[in-house]
Amino acid sequence: MAENVKPRVRVPKTATKDEVITIKTLISHPMESGQRKDKDGNLIPRSIINRFTAEFNGQMVLDTTLEPAISTNPYLEFDAKVPETGEFKFTWYDDDGSVYEDAQKVEVS
Amino acid sequence: MKLQHTMTAVTVLAATLALIATGPRAEPAQDDQLVINGEEEVPTQAPAPAHLDGALGDTIYSGWLFRDPDTRAMQKDDFDNPMFLFVDAGIETWNTPDGTEGKSCADCHNAIEDSMKGVRAALPKVTEKGELWSLENFVNDCRTNRMGAEAWGWNSQEMKNMTAAIGLQSRGMPVAVAIDGEAAPFWEKGKEMYYTRYGQLEMSCANCHEDNYGNYIRSDHLSQGQINGFPLYRLKDQGAVSTHQRFVGCVRDTRGVPFEAGSQEFRELELYVASRGLGLPVETPAVRH
Repeated sequence: MAENVKPRVRVPKTATKDEVITIKTLISHPMESGQRKDKDGNLIPRSIINRFTAEFNGQMVLDTTLEPAISTNPYLEFDAKVPETGEFKFTWYDDDGSVYEDAQKVEVS
Repeated sequence: MKLQHTMTAVTVLAATLALIATGPRAEPAQDDQLVINGEEEVPTQAPAPAHLDGALGDTIYSGWLFRDPDTRAMQKDDFDNPMFLFVDAGIETWNTPDGTEGKSCADCHNAIEDSMKGVRAALPKVTEKGELWSLENFVNDCRTNRMGAEAWGWNSQEMKNMTAAIGLQSRGMPVAVAIDGEAAPFWEKGKEMYYTRYGQLEMSCANCHEDNYGNYIRSDHLSQGQINGFPLYRLKDQGAVSTHQRFVGCVRDTRGVPFEAGSQEFRELELYVASRGLGLPVETPAVRH
């Protein structure tokens, strides 16, 4: 079980219609690859964020698979075109079954 | 024989210095401003404090101005600044009880935003007992004497998380360490150390950070050695670095045997180096190469 997992997102608060905005996300997570061994030579079990999704007003806009080679505290940045005022919802899926969520509104004028 | 040996050493040193002096000189970036999160402007220059007597010219410059544009950009946005993961961890620790007394920092000091404002800017300082203490000393004093918890190592991750979280509360406030009165003897010792040559390379702090700031030493762009951004994220180390950790690194680079992090010597040096940045705003937690 990964400890101190904390998602952070940065979405502009306002945008004009159909503007392309940059969204930054970061989740603090060890991303244990499953390849490393501990002091006694035993394999440390894999524990990573394996999926990240972004939804806008309930519509899926980004669905990604994350692999074990991705380093600690995965940072994902992407651009999105916003047609209307709404809410981005971000979800991270952990190997251990935990689901971390964050949401942020964007006002379109 | 001995004289000849010394003469050779002097010639080599003179040649080295000449090489440094004729190398490409890149002034600190003059066309960039540190505006954090697009709203909070932090000045990166200040008039040189009087005690320097013109040793750094009229102006003191933050190390931020000597770094690459990409590195400068990382510090402009708290989201891109990797130190904020450590700051978050520090704030969590602030609110978490520890030790036999079952107390957290917040139980005595309440909100970190209020009680720790300006603390970083005035440290190190002389305590009631007449000792010179850095922020780390105060943290460990609280932990051992008030919380009944174990002291953290000077350069432990927990300590750097906490000093970053506390230091952030002073961001934008000018460095304001006291160098007169009780602090004067410590400050004098720190000053002497700053100008003393250490190690096989026989280099003092001043050789790089006073005589040659703006020049390159190999690929490193020498800054004025200001410590207003510590603890900071160092890209080379992929982690947080404390002031004393950097001092250890600098002395090691002269091929000398460094003092310990947290030692009396380094605390005195910290006071003196901080005083060379009097008036320069605190940038904690900064990002450097």
